[in-house]
Amino acid sequence: MGTVLRRLLLALPIAFGVSVVCFALVYIAPGDPLQTIVPPDATQATIDAVKHAYGLDKPLVVQYLIWLWRVLHGNLGTSISTTRPVALEVMLALGNTMRLVALAMPAALIVGYAMGVAAARFPGGWIDRAVTGIAVVGVSLPNYWVGVVLVILCAVQWSLLPATGMGSGHAALLSWESLRFMILPSISLALIPMGIIARSTRACVLDLASHDFVLTLRAKGMSESTVTRHVLRNALPQVIAIVGLQFGYLMGGSILVETVFSWPGSGFLLGRAIQNRDVPLLQGTVLVLAMIFVATNLLVDLLQVRLDPRLRRG
Amino acid sequence: MSAPLLEIADLDVAFHGDGTPVQALSGVSLRLDPGQVLCIIGESGSGKSVTLRAMMRLLPERRARIGGQISFAGRDVLAMTDRQLRAMRGREMAMIFQEPMTALDPVYTIGAQIAETVRRHLGGTQAAARARALDMLERVGVPSAARRLDAYPHELSGGLRQRAMIALALSCGPQLLLADEPTTALDATVQIQVLLLLRRLQAELGMGIVFVTHDLGVAAEIADRVAVMYAGRIVEEGSVAEVLGRPAHPYTAGLLASSVEHVAPGAEIAAIPGAPPDLRALPPGCSFAPRCRHAVAACDATVPPPVRPGPGRMARCFTPLGFAPSGHAVEEHVA
Ligand SMILES: Nc1ncnc2c1ncn2[C@@H]1O[C@H](COP(=O)(O)OP(=O)(O)OP(=O)(O)O)[C@@H](O)[C@H]1O
Ligand SMILES: [Mg+2]
Repeated sequence: MGTVLRRLLLALPIAFGVSVVCFALVYIAPGDPLQTIVPPDATQATIDAVKHAYGLDKPLVVQYLIWLWRVLHGNLGTSISTTRPVALEVMLALGNTMRLVALAMPAALIVGYAMGVAAARFPGGWIDRAVTGIAVVGVSLPNYWVGVVLVILCAVQWSLLPATGMGSGHAALLSWESLRFMILPSISLALIPMGIIARSTRACVLDLASHDFVLTLRAKGMSESTVTRHVLRNALPQVIAIVGLQFGYLMGGSILVETVFSWPGSGFLLGRAIQNRDVPLLQGTVLVLAMIFVATNLLVDLLQVRLDPRLRRG
Repeated sequence: MSAPLLEIADLDVAFHGDGTPVQALSGVSLRLDPGQVLCIIGESGSGKSVTLRAMMRLLPERRARIGGQISFAGRDVLAMTDRQLRAMRGREMAMIFQEPMTALDPVYTIGAQIAETVRRHLGGTQAAARARALDMLERVGVPSAARRLDAYPHELSGGLRQRAMIALALSCGPQLLLADEPTTALDATVQIQVLLLLRRLQAELGMGIVFVTHDLGVAAEIADRVAVMYAGRIVEEGSVAEVLGRPAHPYTAGLLASSVEHVAPGAEIAAIPGAPPDLRALPPGCSFAPRCRHAVAACDATVPPPVRPGPGRMARCFTPLGFAPSGHAVEEHVA
């Protein structure tokens, strides 16, 4: 239990750092934060009044603390471009991205893991070469390009699936009516994690297969399936670490893929916030995404401690 | 004379892969009687581990070409099916390794790993298997064994880990234990304890042991017989007292001279000049000839056939030390 607590405590400074960077975004972003609110010909008095109204005349530390207090209470401010609460915008977008991730991540994991294990069975054989080829292609093809190609083939040429959008929004989440919109963007998103998971699983299993304990298992008279079970069990913590990292990336949404498919997810939102110079929206989105990343890493850490006794310490 | 527990005749092992095959073993012949301890000694890369693994058919199936005969308890190991092999491994023939840290599965407890073996071969409930695991840990002298049953390998000291490995190997009562440098990675004091333990268990259980080491002191401590390997060949074999006391092969003599324990304080340690041959391109004659002070023309031409410099002894040398140079090889053994 001590280990769990220590990992939690270790995550705190990271979360703090992330919050500071997000807060500072307002000042890092090019241009004056007031510029978008105040008309260019405003008088100094108006500018001062607005500054005061937004608390921008207070010292930075105080501003940060006020901001942090609000954030901790779920108030991420108001979007300048839509005038809706940032928290609401972010939650809606995250929900949409989550729908893609819920499809893309398990697919990437299952296919990538199976490919990696198959490749490691006969290293250098044709399966291994095929898997390596697919994985390299999957990782190196730009995913938005794959998205465009998929749209051209599946939507335009063969009219199998819709090209863009999310559908009516009234359809049930798991109905074909809404699923069919998710297939092409999910495939585009799954390719990179699939390639990475396949490559790392292969490397990990091969590395483990050369370990002495595998020889011991054979020398004990264990069947090949038992040996494989031991190897996969040993590979699990590493695979989980990679999956966690990829999950974090996917939750960030891909600006390009979501733009290609007009999918209103977190990447799409981020793109909109940048385009509209909507600093509160940008700040809130980046903050939430970064926190999801931190939380995922923490979860992966804790899972690894659970799965690998060598990481546990008194 | 009883039937041998293990008999190896003309064992050849070559590893095929990319490029020239590696001739790891050439014409290895060995014999072990029940309850006997045979030490295989030799430099790194001489083929000791390959010999042990061949006995259990643990070499990579597709890369290793095996020729010759291995018979264990009257059965032909090289003709066994996978199923028969799995039934034999861990049950009748067990193996322990140099590094128990890497030889044990890091994510399972010691108890689970022993119980897994017990259930595989002897069946029974998990509780019974655990009880047996506990019994084994106590037998190999692991203190507070009940607690250690639930320990992970990394939580034990090197010596305890090796004891746990021995408990695992002996858990199903094998007739033959293959030990691949089990004391090399341990501290000197722990090394002696583990050797004494193995000797005691060997006497108690009456099993045969093939013990690989490059430490002559260890061999002297535990062995009944010694086989000296060089570049994949057994160059000398005989009782421990005779081989270490009166070596017939110049390579054995060189090993003895270069071993620290056998040198008087202050005296110079005589390393054997040169290096072992490349196993991808073995010379046509004796592999040791290029490094041998006693080499004659014949040594470079053909591999010396086995000669018997004394009763129960064998050496592959045209000019065995302390014996008359012999052109008359013993015909019965010629490869
Ligand atoms: N799986 C393998 N594939 C290819 N070559 C191998 C393989 N296993 C062993 N060899 C080669 O066979 C030779 C003998 O190796 P072996 O491991 O038996 O040496 P050893 O006497 O046990 O040495 P050490 O004291 O270092 O353990 C070496 O040259 C090694 O490179
Ligand atoms: Mg070895």
